[in-house]
Amino acid sequence: MAELDRKKDRALAPKDWTYAPAPESRDIVQLKERYGHFIGGEWLEATETYETISPASEEPLALVGQGTQADVDSAVAAARGAFADGWSALPGSERAKYLFRIARILQERSREFAVLESLNGGKPIKESRDVDLPLAAAHFFYYAGWADKLEYAFPNRQPKPVGIAGQIIPWNFPLLMLAWKVAPALACGNTVVLKPAETTPLTALLFCDVLRQAELPAGVVNIVTGDGRTGAAIVDHSDVDKIAFTGSTEVGKLIQRRLAGSGKKLTLELGGKAANIVFDDSALDQAVEGIVNGIYFNQGHVCCAGSRLFVQESIYEPLVDKLKRRLETLRVGDPLDKNTDVGAINSAMQLDKIKELVAAGEAEGAEIYQPPCRLPEKGYWFAPTVFTNVAQSYRIAQEEIFGPVLSVLTFRTPEEAIEKANNTPYGLSAGVWTEKGSRILWMAQRLRAGVVWANTYNRFDPTSPFGGYKESGFGREGGRHGLEPYLRFDE
Amino acid sequence: MSRLPVKKTYKLFIGGAFPRSESGRTYEAEGQNVARASRKDVRDAVRAARAAFGGWSEATAYNRGQVLYRLAEMVEARVSEFAELATGRDEVERAIDRIVWYAGWADKLPQVLGGSNPVAGPYFNFTVPEPTGVTAVLAPDDPPLLGLVTRVLPPLVGGSVVVAVASETRPLAAIELAEALATSDVPAGVINLLTGFRAELAPILASHMDVNAIDVCGADGQAAELEELAAENVKRVVHGRADVQSPWEIASYLELKTVWHPIGQ
Repeated sequence: MAELDRKKDRALAPKDWTYAPAPESRDIVQLKERYGHFIGGEWLEATETYETISPASEEPLALVGQGTQADVDSAVAAARGAFADGWSALPGSERAKYLFRIARILQERSREFAVLESLNGGKPIKESRDVDLPLAAAHFFYYAGWADKLEYAFPNRQPKPVGIAGQIIPWNFPLLMLAWKVAPALACGNTVVLKPAETTPLTALLFCDVLRQAELPAGVVNIVTGDGRTGAAIVDHSDVDKIAFTGSTEVGKLIQRRLAGSGKKLTLELGGKAANIVFDDSALDQAVEGIVNGIYFNQGHVCCAGSRLFVQESIYEPLVDKLKRRLETLRVGDPLDKNTDVGAINSAMQLDKIKELVAAGEAEGAEIYQPPCRLPEKGYWFAPTVFTNVAQSYRIAQEEIFGPVLSVLTFRTPEEAIEKANNTPYGLSAGVWTEKGSRILWMAQRLRAGVVWANTYNRFDPTSPFGGYKESGFGREGGRHGLEPYLRFDE
Repeated sequence: MSRLPVKKTYKLFIGGAFPRSESGRTYEAEGQNVARASRKDVRDAVRAARAAFGGWSEATAYNRGQVLYRLAEMVEARVSEFAELATGRDEVERAIDRIVWYAGWADKLPQVLGGSNPVAGPYFNFTVPEPTGVTAVLAPDDPPLLGLVTRVLPPLVGGSVVVAVASETRPLAAIELAEALATSDVPAGVINLLTGFRAELAPILASHMDVNAIDVCGADGQAAELEELAAENVKRVVHGRADVQSPWEIASYLELKTVWHPIGQ
């Protein structure tokens, strides 16, 4: 017996192991000191610049352009020129070949992109290497195939390109969000003006190199960097036909308001406060892995993060115990270290927001748990956090934190779980854990959310439509449905 | 001595009942005094719609189809009454045929608009359309019956519920339709019809936090203002046409839900 107990203890023991660092080499990335805007296939010198940094070390990486009205005007003019000058009339089969090329080049250069993504955004290299890059390439490959098959996707509807797509993307999956936006837009015959997020412009700028390598005609994709002012200039530009935005609900509403009466097409992929619901008959260890993946993946900088955990009352204690023990094994630190599970918070601003909401959670009476972990001195860091004793009304149960912070709540019956899960203005995603098949489908029918993961979480695929209900936005990205926002129909 | 006819009081249709406007006000249209709905009436209508949403959206598609087909039967039975209130018999017949056409879509939507997705991994993944929720419809002034039917059937057939503002200049056909609805099998609250001043009612609906989508078809010059108000809770804004018939009209009031499940032993 004693022997068995010792074995059991050993099995749970890895906390005091020390890992030797296993950093991915940075040498593969060659940064320029200064970047301009990529307009009409050329680099346009930026008149104003700002510094982009590594959030893990606060080390400056490069100077990038703060796009002005004039820069946006040139980008839109270049996109209009390319649209009129052949891109929209190019046979779909030829457009497809450019997209296939881009997919292949991304696969070839994936290590370089993964390292740069982790460097500029703070996400663990194992995520940028195993999730962001393969998915980004897959999106181009998937939509490449659609370019000459649009009339089969929309029979009897004579699909035509919309024109110029203005695309504004977030900092949590910089290259992947670029792929989600650019691939369907080009497949449908549109040209693009894209603005990467202020804090993570570098992979988008490196992507311009891929466009040149693929010999994509000049002006088909234009990239202007900058903050919200640059985004506003794109949104307001009278020659842009369609806006696609991924980001906060607050900014999404602002954009919807600004576009009122403009006749521009709009898709919004906004915030979330997803419920991850665990029933007492679920495989607990798998559920714990799913919960951890749901909220600590990418430091919780995920719009579909499972930030509200609903546990059936009868398994509350064992589940929370297992979860806390699992948290102790998470490696927080250098994003470029291959052992790292949780990287750096993307920016000082985001860190402040997380801290503010966590303080509010404590003040409102929730109980905080953070595993012991040493956080690096430089850079922006936040330890994985679990709140228990959370009431539905607490801000940490209502507002999107967008950080590695989980709020645990309980329920007794499936009806109660649905009621609580749906009690939010958001509706992007949800998770359900149970071994009972009929209950999965019953829950899936009633959860008001665009994506439901059952016995899994945070899975993405180019063939799978993604997008929200309610204030999480409208329109879908991925799959056949992801083409529709980039097409108009003569009906 | 000739008999004195019994005259109709033209009222609103909310939650399956025919209340007068809470404000007590009326306005004159087509030579009649018609209820002029107030802010409170709009709120009541939205509440009635929300209360009806659960049942209507969870009804089987086959059932929804039959209920809407039954509505066509009820309108057909009143063809002559409707013909007098609409632009003529032709409009009524087209409206009836349109109801039948949409009724037949109820149980085909997931097959046409959804599907299973071949993801690169051991998961079964499928996408199904689901109703958006409470929909506000600003019906066009003309044609008074066909315009209303064209705009309300797409949300209804997909399982959404409706608060519609009738033609302002020719509201009597809408009131007649309410009477047909009340004798059909459409559950109370699934469709609510308001008469009154559109410019007054539309902004209340556009800014209502429990309305999920708005069709600004009849909004005239007001559409931009309404779109701006609609952003407050990220409403789906539809610029509907008065005479159109297409499954993509239904799709405007559907959300797509994608479900993942691992495949394993």
